[in-house]
Amino acid sequence: MNKEKISGADALMRSLKEEGVDLIFGYPGGASLHIYDALFNQQAVQHILVRHEQGAVHAADGYARSSGKPGVVFVTSGPGATNAITGIATAHMDSTPIVVISGQVKRHLIGTDSFQETDMIGISRPIVKYSFLVQKAEDIPITIKKAFHIATTGRPGPVVIDIPKDVTDPDYKFEYSYPQELDIRSYKPVKEGHLGQIRKAVKLILKAEKPVIYTGGGVIQNNASEELVELVNLLNFPVTNTLMGLGAYPGTGSKFLGMLGMHGTYEANMAMHNCDLILAVGARFDDRITNDPAKFALNAKKIHIDIDPASLSKIIKVDVPIVGSAKICLYQLIKELKRKISKIDKEKINPWLQQIASWRKLHGLNHNLLETVSSTKKILPQQVIQSLYKETNGNAYITSDVGQHQMFAAQYYFFDKPRQWINSGGLGTMGFGLPAAMGVQLAFPKATVACITGEGSIQMCIQELSTCLQYDLPIKIINVNNSSLGMVKQWQDMQYEGRLSQSTYEDSLPDFVKLAESYGHIGIKVEKPEELKNAMNECFNLKNKLVFLDVIVDREEHVYPMLEAGMSMQDMWLDKKTKTWE
Amino acid sequence: MRRVVALLMENQPGALSRVVGLFSQRGYNIESLIVAPTEDSSLSRLTMTTNGDANEIEQITKQLNKLIDVVKVIDLSEEDYVGRELLLLKLELSEEAEKQIKELGGFIVFKSESLINAEFVGSSEKIDEIQSSLDKLKPLEIVRTGLSGISSTSRTLTI
Repeated sequence: MNKEKISGADALMRSLKEEGVDLIFGYPGGASLHIYDALFNQQAVQHILVRHEQGAVHAADGYARSSGKPGVVFVTSGPGATNAITGIATAHMDSTPIVVISGQVKRHLIGTDSFQETDMIGISRPIVKYSFLVQKAEDIPITIKKAFHIATTGRPGPVVIDIPKDVTDPDYKFEYSYPQELDIRSYKPVKEGHLGQIRKAVKLILKAEKPVIYTGGGVIQNNASEELVELVNLLNFPVTNTLMGLGAYPGTGSKFLGMLGMHGTYEANMAMHNCDLILAVGARFDDRITNDPAKFALNAKKIHIDIDPASLSKIIKVDVPIVGSAKICLYQLIKELKRKISKIDKEKINPWLQQIASWRKLHGLNHNLLETVSSTKKILPQQVIQSLYKETNGNAYITSDVGQHQMFAAQYYFFDKPRQWINSGGLGTMGFGLPAAMGVQLAFPKATVACITGEGSIQMCIQELSTCLQYDLPIKIINVNNSSLGMVKQWQDMQYEGRLSQSTYEDSLPDFVKLAESYGHIGIKVEKPEELKNAMNECFNLKNKLVFLDVIVDREEHVYPMLEAGMSMQDMWLDKKTKTWE
Repeated sequence: MRRVVALLMENQPGALSRVVGLFSQRGYNIESLIVAPTEDSSLSRLTMTTNGDANEIEQITKQLNKLIDVVKVIDLSEEDYVGRELLLLKLELSEEAEKQIKELGGFIVFKSESLINAEFVGSSEKIDEIQSSLDKLKPLEIVRTGLSGISSTSRTLTI
């Protein structure tokens, strides 16, 4: 059979189609012009033109996190590539599968400091799962195959493919075929847990009297929520989720303790500190969880399931490490537990559950703030989240930026489904929320998508309002506007005697309503608590429009609970005056 | 504690920079590093000496294993192994120098009217000793390769 001869650029588009790609986020430039011409000449893949490459990567990231499919990005060389770096680092820290294809200068110009040349492979090296510099057109199909395989399997992550311009030259053609099989001898992620370890875990589980299941982003990435819920139902164990793991177990579920960690609930943090067994799944004992590792859950046996062997016993030495995918390992655990079903004594943990309930009663979050009026007569940021939750019936995809509003969203919106909550947990990238919401809206055109942001974060990628107009993306932007960099201010209030160094803008904030309007959208401003409900209602009733809801909130509000640095998980500030330790 | 880690990796551009980058990125220390293609030209073998307690070494080997280009990693110093490095030096020609080199177990590998080059092979400790004994001959230049090693047990670093 004669194989068809095509150019490297056409081969790239064909290969992407083979991988099931139907959407690409990007921005063209000199080194990627051949690629963009090939894009123009095909119909299978739609391209979203962003306004800044950072937006493209966050959008692809949001698309990937919400849909579970890899996100794809096109950028050009030099500044196009470097602008993508923050987005790549964001995806790397949260283990999202994205493939970034960057243009590079022609092969003979590499290393000569030519126009728009930058060493993309070198710059991105510490923040990618893997990267390729494509040396010849014939290598494009196998490189794409490998890139998607590496990005989406094992612990997912970003992959960069750097393609010199002359490798996509339309005048150079080669016999194209797409590889069906792939074998990378040095890359064989383990999926199944070691049965001996699973049995050891079961022994500890059956003995536990004060257990906690602590799960992270791995359960969501690996679509293991169903198994998690089944395990919880089988054992009656309480569950807490990390910031990245919210939605893995239903937020309104009866065994849910809320989020744990730096701004976790009192009951989740107390349960972690006082438990006798931690079953960690797809979580990595991050410093925002453990506080001082030397004081972390000292009386607990620890079981840790993770796809990444390097995550096991990295921060906290565990008793039973299990390498494997969350979904398969949870399935294995359930199967083994069912074999010993007669030994499961659900009653045994009742005193523990009562203890947790009393902690919740003592210092749990107040989810009925809408029924009260704050003493300052101002809207509280927590009320904004509660109002949003009510208005959307808890069914919206929520993306978030970074700061106080992010923590309030994580605390006060109940996420009942995985992939519903999308935020930059690891890197903490301000500017993530709006472009991520674009990716979500494009993955689910009919879904309600809200971006919870602040007047600081939103201005970091606000140019994407223009992209939203071009592609009719009816995102609802909920701007929790406290006219200061809230989380910075909170730390300055608490640790620097209120010296607000560079965390306010004086009177320089834009009129966000006019700004939204100038981009062709609708802006609504609300300042009074009694107007919040109607404004929120109006915002979501404008179904086909992007609405920018600018909510002016009490700027003195802090996020609590808050772990005291260098101490254990039970050492928390509960409000501005109350702390749990002496 | 000094440890010797050996690994096989794909012999391709970028692989070495990923290994070295990992060390700087995660704050691990490299004392010496030596790398060359193996008898199978698609693979390179790298030996490095580093410092750390058992936990740190466990993390280092796990992180190395995680690199896509790395095929296999072993901690040579975990069991019996033979470690050798090469020392090359340049001296002004003299009878005393020639005698000393022979006494210390070295070989003269080049000789001109005014200069000699010599080589020594041995464990790092032995090479340290030789180096200090050579000081009094005032060598013009000394170069050491860093340690390469092979396991002395049935364990092999092959695929």
